[in-house]
Amino acid sequence: MSVIETLLPPQPAPPEVVKPYTVQRLIGRIVLGVWLAAAVGVFMIVVDGWDPAKFEKYGPSFISGLGVTLLLVGCSVSLGALISLPLAFARMSKNKVLSWFAYAYVYFFRGTPLITQLFLVYYGLGSFRPELQSVGLWWFFRDAWNCALLTFTLNTAAYQAEILRGAIESVPRGQREGAAALGLPSQIAFFKVILPQAMIVALRPYGNEIILMIKGSAIVAIVTVFDLMGETRRAFSRTFDYQMYIWAAILYLIMVEILRNLWAWLEERLTRHLKR
Amino acid sequence: MSGIFAALFSAVSWLGSVIDPLCGPISIFRLFGSGTLLACSDAGWGDEIAYGFGITASLAICTLPVGLIFGFFIALAKQSEDKSLRLAANIYTTIFRGLPELLTLFIVYYGLQILAQRALASVGYDGQVEINAFIAGMFALGVVFSAYCSEVLLSAFKAIPHGQYEAGDALGLHRGKTMRLIIIPQLVRIALPGLGNLWMALLKDTALVSVIGLPDILRQTGIAARVSKQAFEFFGVACLLFLILAMVSSIVFAMLERWAKRSEVAR
Repeated sequence: MSVIETLLPPQPAPPEVVKPYTVQRLIGRIVLGVWLAAAVGVFMIVVDGWDPAKFEKYGPSFISGLGVTLLLVGCSVSLGALISLPLAFARMSKNKVLSWFAYAYVYFFRGTPLITQLFLVYYGLGSFRPELQSVGLWWFFRDAWNCALLTFTLNTAAYQAEILRGAIESVPRGQREGAAALGLPSQIAFFKVILPQAMIVALRPYGNEIILMIKGSAIVAIVTVFDLMGETRRAFSRTFDYQMYIWAAILYLIMVEILRNLWAWLEERLTRHLKR
Repeated sequence: MSGIFAALFSAVSWLGSVIDPLCGPISIFRLFGSGTLLACSDAGWGDEIAYGFGITASLAICTLPVGLIFGFFIALAKQSEDKSLRLAANIYTTIFRGLPELLTLFIVYYGLQILAQRALASVGYDGQVEINAFIAGMFALGVVFSAYCSEVLLSAFKAIPHGQYEAGDALGLHRGKTMRLIIIPQLVRIALPGLGNLWMALLKDTALVSVIGLPDILRQTGIAARVSKQAFEFFGVACLLFLILAMVSSIVFAMLERWAKRSEVAR
């Protein structure tokens, strides 16, 4: 048996590891410096060109533009969700004609730019004025806002149908069989068993789709709807003041970041039972 | 020397006009569109629209390498050990993924114009400066594309096990050589579906450049629609052309994916 006879003398704390000044660090500092300079530059542009009269004149119109953007996105996303449900079912159905139609619809709306679709509806259908008047639909297509809402709804319905289809197909077959074994009618099995699980899978793509719609909604400014981008363009064309675009950029960034964080929180909250 | 370039340029443009799918000697508009509004002559709009088609395709093709290379370096910066570099890269993606593409385009177009004007004014030149719409569009779309591309490449980088880098070290390869011979081939295979989606998004975003005056598909068909008062037909043609571009690129990407996965087939 060994016995300790001498104690080690107390040692000083190990020296702090000095991180070497790497190239990465240098580049990082430089780029951060560039960002800082850009931020200061933007701030200086805003301070330099600050004009209370302009702010008073265009501030409220920016707020109303923001409201128009949010209203457009909110309406079209929720209406699109309604349309996307039958569309997703048509896409998954065994009926060849139905599934082919849904596939063609989705392919068209996902394969062409939103702005082209908007032009097709607003200018294209607008050229059928006599026919539309005789059907009594001219009041609808005369207004750019209605055309934008229609286009956005149809467009987002196509994207949401794909999201929904992917999510529903990702639910394992056993879930449906389990519901059938319990004697649940297929409708109840869908709404109480399949859809809740599919929605968790679909949550993140839905968030991305809403963000894409907020960003995509800027193009309605081109067909004279005065959303946030439209108000910005109007203010810019009257004042030739570059800071109008900076204000719009800040507002859009705030919107997207709020939504992104909200969605991250929502996902964290809704999937907490799945954490191991 | 300039004579050689001129000859080369004319040879290339002659070749382009021969194999032009829309308005060449054997082409869609010539076979089906003669006598209609889509004829390839002064009577129809076929040649203008074919020109716009070329502009759209070349804008997307020119933007792709810029965005890919830039996105690759941003993805590298995002997984660096250094905090400041990561922060700088994250600021970049947050800004350019959060802004609408249209707004980015306007900011780049007018911002570059103002910057160039100020820079020239400080040298002593006072004149109106016009930024080329193609360059501005390429810049704006490239910036947006690189922001998204860095996210795709970052997740692909994370999917490559660390042992691959260690194997490169064990073989005594230089870090750049490890990247080139070991990492990038796997990276391409993993990232290709995501990059395909980004390419489709890029193709669709090119339509926005018509707003700052570049004569792409949408602008040319828009002019034709305004002059001929047949808006539905012309914008329908624009939609069809974009659909064709989407179809062609999905075929190309399917081929690319098969090529990238060729090592997995034999097993």
